Amino acid sequence: MSGGAADPRQLHPTVLRPGDFPTMAHEALGDAQLRRNLGQATATIRAKRENVTAELDDWQALRAAGSAIKTRVLRHLDTYLLQLEEAVTAAGGQVHWAADATEATALVTRLVQAHEADEVVKVKSLTTDEIELNEALHAAGIAAWETDLAELIVQLGEDAPSHILVPAIHKNRAEIRELFLRRLDIDELSDEPADLAGAARAHLRERFLRAKVGISGVNFAIAETGTVSVVESEGNGRMCVTLPEVLISVMGIEKILPTWDDLGVFMQLLPRSSTAERMNPYNSFWTGVSPGDGPCEFHLVLLDNGRSDVLADEIGRQTLRCIRCSACLNVCPVYERTGGHAYGSVYPGPIGAILTPQLLGVEQAGTLPYASSLCGRCYEVCPVEIDIPEVLVHLRNRVVEEKKRRSRVPGSEQLAMRALAWFFADQRRYEAGLAAVERGGPFARSGWLRRLPGVAAAWTDARDAPVPPGESFRSWWKSERRAGTGS
Amino acid sequence: MRIALFIACYNDALYPSTGRAVVRVLERLGHEVAFPLAQTCCGQMHFNTGYQTEIVPLVRRFVETFEPFEAIVSPSGSCVGMVRDAYPRMAVVAGDTHLARRVEELAPRVFEFTELLVDRLGITDVGASYPHRVTYHPTCHSLRALGLGDKPLRLLRAVRGIDLVELPAAEECCGFGGTFAVKNAEVSTAMVADKTRHVLGTGAEVLTAADNSCLMHIGGALSRMRTGVDTVHLAEILASVDEHAPSAL
Repeated sequence: MSGGAADPRQLHPTVLRPGDFPTMAHEALGDAQLRRNLGQATATIRAKRENVTAELDDWQALRAAGSAIKTRVLRHLDTYLLQLEEAVTAAGGQVHWAADATEATALVTRLVQAHEADEVVKVKSLTTDEIELNEALHAAGIAAWETDLAELIVQLGEDAPSHILVPAIHKNRAEIRELFLRRLDIDELSDEPADLAGAARAHLRERFLRAKVGISGVNFAIAETGTVSVVESEGNGRMCVTLPEVLISVMGIEKILPTWDDLGVFMQLLPRSSTAERMNPYNSFWTGVSPGDGPCEFHLVLLDNGRSDVLADEIGRQTLRCIRCSACLNVCPVYERTGGHAYGSVYPGPIGAILTPQLLGVEQAGTLPYASSLCGRCYEVCPVEIDIPEVLVHLRNRVVEEKKRRSRVPGSEQLAMRALAWFFADQRRYEAGLAAVERGGPFARSGWLRRLPGVAAAWTDARDAPVPPGESFRSWWKSERRAGTGS
Repeated sequence: MRIALFIACYNDALYPSTGRAVVRVLERLGHEVAFPLAQTCCGQMHFNTGYQTEIVPLVRRFVETFEPFEAIVSPSGSCVGMVRDAYPRMAVVAGDTHLARRVEELAPRVFEFTELLVDRLGITDVGASYPHRVTYHPTCHSLRALGLGDKPLRLLRAVRGIDLVELPAAEECCGFGGTFAVKNAEVSTAMVADKTRHVLGTGAEVLTAADNSCLMHIGGALSRMRTGVDTVHLAEILASVDEHAPSAL
């Protein structure tokens, strides 16, 4: 049935793994096309988001409310999860608990196999990307059709997503046209967005109609009624959650909201922060199953996969407030220049830099918390007030402490930091250090140095360094104000 | 008022003229400046790089050194941000509730230079004269951690003879970020390339900011490109006077 050049089982997707961030960023920085695509796309979304958030005079109050609701959810997560399970079950759904990716993918695979299906249609879902569900399904001979336009582009290109909301942000329409011509058995196609969408629609329509199983993620799950929701722009999600006989939704345990009243806050925060719309075009809600209307079987998979560990960290736990809007990516000066692949995870950008090391452990992703200049724009735009710079610095501390634990021999950075702290801890040592700097200054020929040795060479590769003047402020003060004050 | 100056270690070593400028401005306004010699470094670089236990002694030293003063001023926005945002956390790391109380009591008296002038001393015209074309970069910590807003610009607008031009995309980071500039040198360089492009586009002779660390970064790139654009801390502009004017305040 599901054959053709574009069968997902014949494709070999790029799997993202965190590596050394500066090394992974190197390639992207040299890719002029990628830099242009990203620069234009992020600048456009940034400007739109600013407009639609500025038109609400209670935007800051909404952010505070969003943050407070999520904080309450996390504080009583166990209670709300049990409440959700009870409500979903009462409405005719089935709830499954998965401790990690292996459990979750095995569970979903078994459910698909139980219905003798060899293909599924999928709504764009970061959570299923996180657990690498498509790969697990392919291994079991099941074709997983991505139905979101950008996810389809990524899938057909044997590529990896590079943005939370716009997974193919790194591709422009000329590149997408070329890909569709190659993969979708089409002879002619322009690079007009409407034509590209039309080609994808024709390809997908048949899959929607024949697939027995649909798979989705979850944007919000409401504990009081057991209602699950997916919000989207293209309508493909609506097809996936209504047409197949069986619907399987995979949600991170933090996606819960206590009541419909709480949802009202997030239905304002999410679209304005993500697509910069006042409302998402498609908002699908379902509560268990309704005979004769939509899927006759509904499975909700509650996924932990490291989230309980994040919750246990007093500073790190605010990360779980995230609603995956991607506003932080669009304003991040680092993301704008490196794109998403350098982060080696389905969660790129500032949120990825704090989420990935917490989900995988800092030893697996130790350079990610350093992939930021701590400029603070991410915190400024975050709709749930996640203090990303605070968490980044906290995780850097965990990276350093982990290194100390693992090796009794301190590294060069650790030695340098210790030595500096030793100089700074005592006035006489500090002044001796300053005197050494003062003696070094006069050897330079101008006010700037062209080359520095050791690690500092990374600075002077592209930037001059200042020459220390012959006299420190302290020396000037002492000679000018010998009568001195305050000391 | 008697105001204690926290110079910040890198200004002490590399930018003494900024410290002298702060002293000149405050004394010109009739205040007394103290420079407690026990001060060293606030510990920001260590903290931001992940070394927290190492700087507990620096937090104590800062608190002990500056506790006796009614007002403390620093010409470094990011160091002031460190004291306000990170010191309470560091007291927790030290497991010292007494230190936490002392930090809480001291932090509101620590001002960034333009904050001290505008908020604490209530002045925007400090009697300066600076006949140059200048553009202002609001550093990330000044803008977002301290929320300085337009205070630096209000001070600059009151300077005689200044030709103040707006910097496009001013709120974008220059790519310094402390050890980020070395650990992620290539990304940092890509960021400063855009910043210098905007600076050059203004046609300004001088780029100013409330933090020498970012100025060192942008200035280093401007110098490497042989642009001839100078970087000058805002305090030094405010300290400049027209020697020939009948009365310079």
